Amino acid sequence: MTAVAGIDLEIRAGEFFTMLGPSGSGKTTTLRMIAGFEDPTSGTIELAGVDVAGLPPYERAVNTVFQDYALFPHMTVADNVAYGLKVAKVDKAERARRRDEALAMVRLPGYGDRKPAELSGGQRQRVALARAIVNRPRVLLLDEPLGALDLKLREQMQTELKSIQGEVGITFVYVTHDQDEALTMSDRIAVFNDGRIEQVSTPEDLYEHPVNEFVADFVGVSNILERDGERFTVRPEKIEVLAPGATADGLVTERGRVAGIAYAGAVTRYTVTLDAGGSLQLVRQNVGEAPGAAPTAGAEVVVGWRPEHAARVSGATNKEEVAP
Amino acid sequence: MATDAVVVKKRSAGRRLAGLFYGRPRLQIGSLLAAPMAWLVILYMGSLVVLLITAFWTVNPLSGSVIKEFSLVNFEELVNVPVYREIIWRTVRTAALVTVTDALIAFPIAFYMAKVAGRKTKAALVVAVLMPLWASYLVKVIAWRAMLAEHGVINWALAPLGLHGPEGGVTAVWLTMSYLWLPYMILPVFAGLERIPDSLISASEDLGAHPLTTFRRVILPLSFPAVVAGSIFTFSLTLGDYIAPKLVSNEQFIGTSIFDSITNNQPFAAAFALVPIVVVIAYLGVARKLGAFEHV
Repeated sequence: MTAVAGIDLEIRAGEFFTMLGPSGSGKTTTLRMIAGFEDPTSGTIELAGVDVAGLPPYERAVNTVFQDYALFPHMTVADNVAYGLKVAKVDKAERARRRDEALAMVRLPGYGDRKPAELSGGQRQRVALARAIVNRPRVLLLDEPLGALDLKLREQMQTELKSIQGEVGITFVYVTHDQDEALTMSDRIAVFNDGRIEQVSTPEDLYEHPVNEFVADFVGVSNILERDGERFTVRPEKIEVLAPGATADGLVTERGRVAGIAYAGAVTRYTVTLDAGGSLQLVRQNVGEAPGAAPTAGAEVVVGWRPEHAARVSGATNKEEVAP
Repeated sequence: MATDAVVVKKRSAGRRLAGLFYGRPRLQIGSLLAAPMAWLVILYMGSLVVLLITAFWTVNPLSGSVIKEFSLVNFEELVNVPVYREIIWRTVRTAALVTVTDALIAFPIAFYMAKVAGRKTKAALVVAVLMPLWASYLVKVIAWRAMLAEHGVINWALAPLGLHGPEGGVTAVWLTMSYLWLPYMILPVFAGLERIPDSLISASEDLGAHPLTTFRRVILPLSFPAVVAGSIFTFSLTLGDYIAPKLVSNEQFIGTSIFDSITNNQPFAAAFALVPIVVVIAYLGVARKLGAFEHV
């Protein structure tokens, strides 16, 4: 059984790098290989120019924030955070100083005497982060660290993680299946699918220029159209709804019918079935227009987009392009 | 016309009875537990109270009849006669030795079962550990008696080395008891180790700890309460047993002494029987402090 195959990744020092993909796509396996919990059957893993493949986890200058936090239940918060320093035989005064510094950084000063069981989910998450960064690893691995938190807390932690990363300057390698999270936090993103990497790029490039249908679908919604033998995708917010017969200056237009409407507060999502085949999702800001101005279900509409917003996609995935 | 959302019908007797219990948790629990509680309190605790009372009675040395008057004679005898002190000390020592032995043997087995073995091997090992419990206790003790006998298999195996097996002494009891109670140590330790998430072990390694450090700082402290839980079984079972010592040894233990006194001096046997109870209660107090009860 192969979990990952033909992965070729280069992560730059100090960047916030995200491995994004559905469950079972090999992103966590890749992370575990970097940490040393799993060995690649072939290939190398270099850390700052040194091949670490085959080294056990305790001999690698990387630390991990685990999905379930993995805090030691029998130790206090302070002992948890200082654990790495203690086993590295850092002297006591230095240990205390760095421990308090790390706890302050995750905004939990004064929580040192508590046990993990006495903390909330968000606080445990911070302790797990402090316990990892206190060792000043070259690379910090984060395995879906926000997965167990509720939406509000998750959004707050996203901002905090990003600012902590800026502060400590450690390379973050972040695993998630949440595309919004990936787009918000990352410097670069690798999209994983079925044990392979589909695309590695900046969030903006990934969203605006997905190379294939999988990336287009996973990072956004699947708006794939085929016209004249060419397949392309248009992002929902780039599509305008035009009045029938209106002049479409510089826009590519298509006629269609509104097949579905989903109201989502700030925006409303429309599904439009096109006369020329296929369907598109588009969103409109709910800016408070006059009643009757918004398209209704079943209405005939003309939709249009700027030609540069249609991103050509080559194939469903790039499986065939990867060497076995 | 819309159909009714709520329809109230006449209720049967059974439903009315069920309705009586609905929303009354105390009544539910109370009626469920009434019979077993009565059993426990009247028969079990009752006989212990009778035992406690009997311990303060005496026996007329001439007629052998029981004198039902309060007296501390039995306890004075237990404390003052050296041979009884020696018997109590020997029994407690053996129980402690059996406990330590079982803990040392059980831990690696339980660790292998919980953290190393695959799913099928694990299931097979659980069965293997439980298997001796299917055989009668007496069969196993008599088997040990045969093995430890003068011309038994142990002496036969040791003879070429010029050694002689433990015959009839404390060592024989130690060996037999360690064998008998081993499953009672393995199972709680296995369960305790299973409860330690693998991610904690990963986290320790990830933070730079060698496997031995991980064992000492993470696995051992988290599984120690389970070892104490197992020791409650090994310790108290050894302390109270009288058949195994009788069959494999000539030495006197608490159990055998009580058994020997029953026919001639029941009040003294009752007083002696309170000794292991007191020791075990003290032991449970210590075990509770160590957090063992979360693992039983």
